Amino acid sequence: MTADTGLRIVQHDPNLQHHFEEPKQQHEAATLGMWAFLATEVMFFGGMFAAYSLYRASYPDAFASTSQHMDVIMGGVNTAVLICSSLTMVLAVRAARLGQRGMIVMFILLTMLLGAVFLGIKGIEYHHKWVEHLIPGFNFEYEPPQYAREAQILFFLYFMMTGMHAVHMLIGEAMLAVLAVMAWRGRFTARWNTPVDMIGLYWHFVDIVWIFLFPLLYLIGKHHL
Amino acid sequence: MNIAVKADSPAVNYLNAEYGWKSWLFTTDHKRIALLYLVSITLFFFIGGFFAMLMRIELLTPRGDLVQADTYNKLFTMHGIVMIFFFLIPSIPAVLGNFFVPIMIGAKDLAFPRINLLSWYIYILGGIFTLSAILAGGVDTGWTFYTPFSSTYSNTYVMATALGVFITGFSSILTGLNFIVTIHKMRAPGMTWNRLPLFIWSNYATSLIQVLGTPVLAITILLLAAERLAHIGIFDPAIGGDPILFQHMFWFYSHPAVYIMILPGMGVMSELVACFSRKRVFGYSAVAMASLAIAVIGFLVWGHHMFVTGQSMYASMYFSFLSFLVAVPSAIKVFNWTATMYRGSISFQTPMLYAFGFIGLFTIGGLTGLFLATMAVDIHVTDTYFVVAHFHYVMVGGMVMAYLGGIHFWWPKMVGRMYPEGWAKLSALIVFVGFNLTFFPQFILGYLGMPRRYHAYAEEFQVLNVMSTAGASVLAVGYLLPMIYLIWSLKYGERAPANPWGAVGLEWMTSSPPPTFNFEATPEVTWEAYQYHEVNAPEVEVDG
Repeated sequence: MTADTGLRIVQHDPNLQHHFEEPKQQHEAATLGMWAFLATEVMFFGGMFAAYSLYRASYPDAFASTSQHMDVIMGGVNTAVLICSSLTMVLAVRAARLGQRGMIVMFILLTMLLGAVFLGIKGIEYHHKWVEHLIPGFNFEYEPPQYAREAQILFFLYFMMTGMHAVHMLIGEAMLAVLAVMAWRGRFTARWNTPVDMIGLYWHFVDIVWIFLFPLLYLIGKHHL
Repeated sequence: MNIAVKADSPAVNYLNAEYGWKSWLFTTDHKRIALLYLVSITLFFFIGGFFAMLMRIELLTPRGDLVQADTYNKLFTMHGIVMIFFFLIPSIPAVLGNFFVPIMIGAKDLAFPRINLLSWYIYILGGIFTLSAILAGGVDTGWTFYTPFSSTYSNTYVMATALGVFITGFSSILTGLNFIVTIHKMRAPGMTWNRLPLFIWSNYATSLIQVLGTPVLAITILLLAAERLAHIGIFDPAIGGDPILFQHMFWFYSHPAVYIMILPGMGVMSELVACFSRKRVFGYSAVAMASLAIAVIGFLVWGHHMFVTGQSMYASMYFSFLSFLVAVPSAIKVFNWTATMYRGSISFQTPMLYAFGFIGLFTIGGLTGLFLATMAVDIHVTDTYFVVAHFHYVMVGGMVMAYLGGIHFWWPKMVGRMYPEGWAKLSALIVFVGFNLTFFPQFILGYLGMPRRYHAYAEEFQVLNVMSTAGASVLAVGYLLPMIYLIWSLKYGERAPANPWGAVGLEWMTSSPPPTFNFEATPEVTWEAYQYHEVNAPEVEVDG
């Protein structure tokens, strides 16, 4: 085959990889691949959600008591920030489909900005936890003391779950930065914009994880108020 | 049906299209990546085998004289980790699947060739972590990493090993993801789902498990690592955590992983049995659906590893029932292969010898699995050699047999050379005899009460242990021989025609070895799978 290619001049879309027959097939393959990848992510976070469910059922009072140590305002603001970032992301996808180069760049940068705001607030929250001695295994002092043992399980899960979520946000930010550069260079057209679409799916997934994390971690004890 | 086969290979194929180490290490050709995997997993197979040999030599005598208990703990741990995560799981999917899934569905490559190459690099990276942990002094937790031993008490290289397993998991995920997308989106015109070779169906089912199961192992290892690092965590009983939760999460992956290790072998079996019986696989759709049924039910039986942990009796009953249920699709396959042979024109080439071996040994392995699914019997034989014999009959008697059968079957296609049939038949026989001599005595040992994972044992078990060690030596010869003659055949083997077995299937309609893009032109499929009754005679004789 390699020997043949010199003899024939094949004209096709420069974005079409040689092993696909047509752009539609390539786009569908990428989409299915992304959804399959997101399924793996669901299972990955699912392990932690399963552990959370088990211990919350085992130690309902200790878990409820942790809510007074969570900053619902910051968590709530972060929820709003992330939902807005999903909006700007979907606007970037729309701009890509319409082939509006400047709009793609602008909306991706906005999404990145909102993501950075989220991570910043998260960092402040982590710092507060450190100051308040709520890091299991390193410095943990807890009020009320009768829940000190089991509450550590929730804080361990809190740091694992929000930590893993933050890692996913960071990866998302890095990929958005690449997208912004590609969009700036005019790589995306109305005909070919698959990467914007795919990173968009990823970004929405990461947002949805937070939508579950926020009530489960911050609002456990609130219905007692 | 028209099987048009070119008598001689084109001058340029995937092997000689490019030369130099860069053309291999930076290749995105699924066939070359398959060969990269072949070399790497063979290396790990012999490393794992080396640990097994040391264990068997230690067990020649009842007293612990060759190695101390601590060393022995490390030997069985590293044997398990290397064989499971670095040989069995990637074996058929990453080598034979990588090579033949695209060709068998008429595609030019997997859907994501660069991700395919990435998966190999991730595998190697995980391997380096694990090997360095081994060289640094090893790990003694057992391949299952049970807490709290692994999280708190073991002072061996748990973190490095677990990290290696964590990393390698992603290579498995990426391979599975690639296969799913490829099988959905890259099939040639006319290659409908009902025309797919059963090898494809079983790899598809395997991929579902890889994609849905492996991430759970990843998060479990991460939680374990965090716990080991922080000395406190969700499995820690000191704060009300539950070490049994670790077992649940571990087996949620690792039981389905058992099916990652056997389903692709079943796929190879369907190809071998049909080809060498010259008949369409009996009950094609039943066999195809059985693969999916195994993948689905296999996710719901993990608790049968935990009958003696003190989990709820009702949970145990549920897991016991479902474990019986998951045996049904496996039995369907065995019966259907046997029915395929019934009144077929059976020939006894090497791949078929391995297929015969598979059917017998897998059946024994599967049936003893039912003993273990029975709660009362399981309590009697838990943690004895009965369990060791059971899973080796499935993993080695099943998967390794199928892997070797598949390697021989497709070797002419992969490298364009025939292997020496006489030597191959001899070593297939040696493997069969050596395997049974190694592992059948272990059923008896286990039933008599010899516990697994000890370096010393009571005097009365010695005769059976000596038999087992003798068998292991025979088995080692049976595994070394193919490596020698297959390497020999690369230079001295007869040149293989495009279709040495007179087999049907797209992979036999392209040259041996195939061109870089697999086919001269995208094939159009107008026939059902396994149309052996429409093929009167092999198009090309072995001798040409």
